[in-house]
Amino acid sequence: MAEEKKPKKERVKKKYPMPEQPPEERIHNFNEVPIGQTEDVIKKEAQRCLQCKPSEKRKLCYDGCPVGIDIPAFIKKIQEDDLEGAIGIIKRYNNLPAVCGRVCPYENQCEGNCVVGKIKDSEPVAIGRMERFLADWERARGVKAPELPPRKDKKVAVVGSGPAGLTVAADLAKKGYQVTLFEALHSPGGVLVYGIPEFRLPKAIVRAEVSYIETLGVKLVTDAVVGKSISMQELSEQNDAIFVATGAGLPKWMNIPGENLNGILSANEFLTRANLMKSYMFPDADTPNRIGKKVATIGGGNVAMDCARTSLRLGAEESWIIYRRTETELPARIEEVHHAMQEGVKFQFLTAPVKYEGDETGYVKKMECCRMKLGEPDASGRRRPLVCPGENFELDVDTVLIAIGQSPNPIVPQTTPEIKTTKWGTIVVDDWQRTSMKGVFAAGDIATGDATVILAMGGGKRAAEAMDRYLSENEDWPAPETWEQ
Amino acid sequence: MYEIVSKKDLSSDIHLLEIKAPMIAKRAKAGQFIMLMVDDKGERIPLTMADWNSEKGTVTIIELEAGKTTKQLGMLKVGDKLRSIVGPLGMETELENHGTVVCIGGGIGIALMYPVVRALKQAGNEIISIMGSKTASTMILEEEISAVSDVIHICTDDGTKGHHGFVSDILKQMLDEKKPIDMVYAVGPIIMMKVISDITRPFGVHTVVSLNPIMVDGTGMCGSCRVSIDGKTKFACVDGPEFDGHKVDFKLLIERNRRYLEEEKRSLEKFDKEVQ
Ligand SMILES: Cc1cc2nc3c(=O)[nH]c(=O)nc-3n(C[C@H](O)[C@H](O)[C@H](O)COP(=O)(O)OP(=O)(O)OC[C@H]3O[C@@H](n4cnc5c(N)ncnc54)[C@H](O)[C@@H]3O)c2cc1C
Ligand SMILES: Cc1cc2nc3c(=O)[nH]c(=O)nc-3n(C[C@H](O)[C@H](O)[C@H](O)COP(=O)(O)OP(=O)(O)OC[C@H]3O[C@@H](n4cnc5c(N)ncnc54)[C@H](O)[C@@H]3O)c2cc1C
Ligand code: SF4
Ligand code: SF4
Ligand code: FES
Repeated sequence: MAEEKKPKKERVKKKYPMPEQPPEERIHNFNEVPIGQTEDVIKKEAQRCLQCKPSEKRKLCYDGCPVGIDIPAFIKKIQEDDLEGAIGIIKRYNNLPAVCGRVCPYENQCEGNCVVGKIKDSEPVAIGRMERFLADWERARGVKAPELPPRKDKKVAVVGSGPAGLTVAADLAKKGYQVTLFEALHSPGGVLVYGIPEFRLPKAIVRAEVSYIETLGVKLVTDAVVGKSISMQELSEQNDAIFVATGAGLPKWMNIPGENLNGILSANEFLTRANLMKSYMFPDADTPNRIGKKVATIGGGNVAMDCARTSLRLGAEESWIIYRRTETELPARIEEVHHAMQEGVKFQFLTAPVKYEGDETGYVKKMECCRMKLGEPDASGRRRPLVCPGENFELDVDTVLIAIGQSPNPIVPQTTPEIKTTKWGTIVVDDWQRTSMKGVFAAGDIATGDATVILAMGGGKRAAEAMDRYLSENEDWPAPETWEQ
Repeated sequence: MYEIVSKKDLSSDIHLLEIKAPMIAKRAKAGQFIMLMVDDKGERIPLTMADWNSEKGTVTIIELEAGKTTKQLGMLKVGDKLRSIVGPLGMETELENHGTVVCIGGGIGIALMYPVVRALKQAGNEIISIMGSKTASTMILEEEISAVSDVIHICTDDGTKGHHGFVSDILKQMLDEKKPIDMVYAVGPIIMMKVISDITRPFGVHTVVSLNPIMVDGTGMCGSCRVSIDGKTKFACVDGPEFDGHKVDFKLLIERNRRYLEEEKRSLEKFDKEVQ
């Protein structure tokens, strides 16, 4: 390879380390686990990038990024000491780099394709960390509001203030539309505030993001459940277009005996109490969150890791992850699994609960589990877990957190029959994020089912573009072919 | 935003607050509730809308001091502002003309029953109201409820007013005397609603109760409010709060409402110390 011929200093094989709070310390606080890197280190990290040229034969970093950030270009800017230029490039594609740089599953996305990572014994270029650094660097200097174009007389309502809603609100406000953002809860941010814990994503970052979009002229209305406090009908009378991004907030249950016992909570309830309602400050904050000595979290995704790790911080003596497949299939980000293991979360693989038993006061005390084995791959390509009959066993537990996924939020579709949904309850959209109701667009988890921040944001970007076309060119409507068939 | 525009103490520990919330006032229906939060560190608590005025853009709640938040709420003054109030939440009462409806309210449940009684009356029903409280001085809304009822019965636990005994005694007597009753609506302490449901069951009289499980978001997102109805799990904040009393698993509800007893006690003790 050309790079190797140059008489250069030796190639650095591993990512420059990210300083972290030591596990024994951090399980007693809610501060962010990775502390952050210095400008110096980030510049050295940027030197690891080979500035690959596109080629038919191989996929590159940006092919793995759901929003297609021009990664070589922004890294080149870092190499040239132009940090402002670097963040400028990222923000053309990604409105929430401080968030994505922290929570993107980059090992499967951009970094999963990085050419350096394919070299023997080498780690990919730390794209996520650079993104995080640049966003934090910019925020520390104070993000200045861009110059806004003249205000258009068209109005847009955005429903839901998670990553998808924030993206659309920002993009359309920058184009001059009058945007009102409706949020059901008392604080904006969606899963970023009520779900993902402070130790992974400091809420100050979400607050900064929200104040930024307010400086763009977006009007924020919290405490507004669309479908209850105000109807879609009213919104469509008052606005020229609507964007729905109400997310996947409906907890799934296993429907097994004893699931309503005290001490058994949905991940949503547990995390909402802990994050949005700040129960870790109880009794200085009023909302309690009782945590037992031995906590079992059912599931293996990011949500499950967040539950298991939050439990330890709230004082659990033992925190178990109960997962029906094996370590290889865990859907959570690798970094989160690592962190959980370092912190002492224990894993019980190939196991699923079948019933719960309570004590005289109605509190869970025991859970009966069955053993599983992996069978043939299913439609998703993952090997299907099968029950091993006759091998049930019991575990003593006093808190159980159910983190087996969330379904789409039903309120908007239920109260708006014009909006078609799939049998899973997701809103049907075409390639331009158009729904079956004229002038109404949707993206994020409500359209895809529970997915990721970057996908929600990417969907929001597409929707904002489509809405701009709809509002400025008044495209033919309805056009979506995808659902008409 | 969310300013308290008027306040009245109905008894020493029951307060009426009229709060500015135009979006909610516009759409409120009998049987629905709101969730409110006093300040940034507050808990979100559900309260029934006792009244609303879409022109003034206000909703009225009546609250009983049960713990930290309700006590703090009771100490607020006209002009104070709340951090958050969201609604209207839950399903509205089915307001058909059922015929003769017996409405039963116990304690703070009388406040919860008032908008329902009024709406049922407007729907053309004959209303027999039975209201119970511990003692004469804690009886609330007597005038308002008698204005929208055809018959009214008062009970107190200590006999200081009306019938000396429970609201269920009056209902039982009516059923035993074969008075024609098409529906019973009961709201109050869980044990009262259970007793009422047990009394009407053998007579096959349709009985609606309004449940009060512990809630967090009030929009169907967390499952804290789950109740068991006819063996099936429901979320009271979106599927209720009203359910068929003959199908409710009251034992489960009583147990689930005891989930945070220790924490509630701690929270209240801390608050009492602070306000002293
Ligand atoms: C605990 C947890 C951890 C996660 N970790 C990661 C991770 O590490 N990396 C990653 O990429 N993804 C992660 N995810 C997934 C990611 O957060 C979601 O995919 C993403 O937030 C979806 O964005 P959204 O904008 O579609 O909806 P959401 O973030 O769900 O926001 C929807 C918003 O709409 C509001 N709303 C709902 N109904 C109404 C209504 N009727 N009226 C008004 N407002 C309404 C809700 O209150 C909410 O604020 C995690 C999810 C959870 C729950
Ligand atoms: C749909 C609904 C309508 C209600 N309407 C009224 C009303 O109109 N007037 C009124 O005075 N009360 C009403 N309540 C009850 C009221 O919500 C509780 O009294 C209040 O939450 C107690 O909070 P606290 O901090 O003062 O007391 P705490 O000490 O926290 O609790 C006292 C008791 O109240 C219950 N409770 C505690 N937290 C909650 C919570 N977050 N959600 C629900 N219940 C809780 C528990 O059973 C607890 O034992 C209603 C409840 C529901 C579910
Ligand atoms: S947004 Fe996510 S996938 Fe895209 S470059 Fe950044 S970290 Fe990688
Ligand atoms: S694939 Fe890796 S090395 Fe190549 S340009 Fe992208 S980040 Fe740089
Ligand atoms: S209160 Fe959260 S689902 Fe009902």
